[in-house]
Amino acid sequence: MSDRMQYVAVLGALAVATLALFFVSLTTGPADVGFGESIRALVSGDADLLTLVMREIRLPRALLGLMIGATLGLSGAVLQGYLRNPLAEPGLLGISASASLGAVVAIYTGISVAFPLGLPLAALAGAVLAVLLLRVMAGERGGTLTIILAGVAISAFAGAMTSLVLNLSPNPFAATEIVFWMLGSLTDRSMTHLWLSAPFMLAGWVMLAMLARPLDVLTLGSDAAASMGVDMRRVQFLAVFGTAASVGAATAIAGAIGFIGLVVPHVLRPLVGAVPSRLLPASALGGATVLLAADILVRLIAPGRDLKLGVLTAIVGAPFFLWLVWRTRRRML
Amino acid sequence: MTLLSLSSLSAELGRKTVLRDVALTVNEGEFVGLIGPNGAGKSTLLRAVLGLTPSQGNIELGGHAAASMSAAQRARLTSYLPQEREIAWPVTVERLVGLGRAPHLPPFTRPGATDEAAVRDAMRRMDVEDFAARRATELSGGEKARVLIARALAQEAPLMLADEPTAGLDPAHQITLMRVFAGLAKEGRSVIACLHDLGLAARWCSRLVLLANGSIVADGPPRDVLTAARLRDVYGIQAYLGEDGGGLVVHPLDLAE
Repeated sequence: MSDRMQYVAVLGALAVATLALFFVSLTTGPADVGFGESIRALVSGDADLLTLVMREIRLPRALLGLMIGATLGLSGAVLQGYLRNPLAEPGLLGISASASLGAVVAIYTGISVAFPLGLPLAALAGAVLAVLLLRVMAGERGGTLTIILAGVAISAFAGAMTSLVLNLSPNPFAATEIVFWMLGSLTDRSMTHLWLSAPFMLAGWVMLAMLARPLDVLTLGSDAAASMGVDMRRVQFLAVFGTAASVGAATAIAGAIGFIGLVVPHVLRPLVGAVPSRLLPASALGGATVLLAADILVRLIAPGRDLKLGVLTAIVGAPFFLWLVWRTRRRML
Repeated sequence: MTLLSLSSLSAELGRKTVLRDVALTVNEGEFVGLIGPNGAGKSTLLRAVLGLTPSQGNIELGGHAAASMSAAQRARLTSYLPQEREIAWPVTVERLVGLGRAPHLPPFTRPGATDEAAVRDAMRRMDVEDFAARRATELSGGEKARVLIARALAQEAPLMLADEPTAGLDPAHQITLMRVFAGLAKEGRSVIACLHDLGLAARWCSRLVLLANGSIVADGPPRDVLTAARLRDVYGIQAYLGEDGGGLVVHPLDLAE
């Protein structure tokens, strides 16, 4: 099998898996309805209860799962390629931590209760502040080390501020609400959440997709890439703003969901011949597959307990990552 | 035709002046060896030409000011082999060499027949066809070096700038590489290579440029540049200088008294 055919086969398999899990997600929930009946209710024009459940609860949840998963996979693949480091992940730039801080402040101040989109808007504002700070710190020449260090510093500061808000929270209920939000979830998200976040995610995807060929050339290092016509400042701009728009919006809606952006590109890399440009669509589909699967599992494992999505991805993702490290270590010996 | 023309070129790294008032013209068909002791400014000169290091002065590529060129325009005129031989991901050798075609491809297009021919030609010249399908990260140091040179060759730019291209190569592949560069010069392309091996430089380059402390102290055919006095003054060495049928023979013997 030629390597191009293998690549097409990998993309095809991931697309089928994503589509299948999308429909499973649509038909999973506390309302015990059959698959055919749910889908009929979704497409029918009747204003009955099931149609309402499908259109207002399950459809946005499945669509958001798809888009947020794709965002995490794609941005993880881009950042690993840009920084030429398999340990890079979407949270590295401090965008997720800052978006979380925005959301936490919204909960603390009551903005999230005062008007319905207060929380995601505050989270987006957090992401915007982080990216502006990152740009100031990163400087003109487009170096990667300053980006990483600035990202670490921004993450640490946003984390500290989040702790401060928790520390000062007026009552245990507010603190609980904040902690629960931070665990990450897609429960009870509406079409409005989708309309708010989708434009940012789509804009981010376009910016990240434009990096396909530059990331391939970056395999040779940044000096060689620059000598081959890659404008490193443009690459940095697209990587930072593409990640900020898509991951900022994803975090604003679902909270911080870890490990998908780290593990998915890592697992898929050998399947696409380690070619960075090929890893982008594969990781986007892979991220969507994993997030949809996780969001189905939280509903199946503990239907009444509202198991949080971020908890599940970390419980599964961290040991899996350890195994990856173990395997790499053995290969290096 | 003049491929590269530098005048009053200066560069600083931090507070140290690394290049001062350099003037250099390279025409089609030249194989220029850029020689000089460590820290003389050889790498900085190449990097300044490529716009990787900020510099003051005039740089013209193919008769046009480099400052007004886009990165892509520059990449069609010059290829570069950096000293750091980074291969970040385990891609196949063939694909890695194929990256050299990137400056010629419009966005979102796939390589065509011309590109594939250029890649095959580059792999043949550097003798890496046998491991075309292997992962570039799994090769030995010398094999990697040859693959990266093939990548730069595949770019098919009229001017190639190579920073210590012979480092890590066995004698046979060092000579192969020198032959490849001399062959490019015969075809009307030009090569500027930073070299530490004076023997190779003396024998294969059509012209040597000797840098010391950021200035050009000698420029001309190897016989004129490599004199016992210069080797003593610039490098601080005494060397055997001789002739055989193939040209000048230079072999460092000891430190100068």
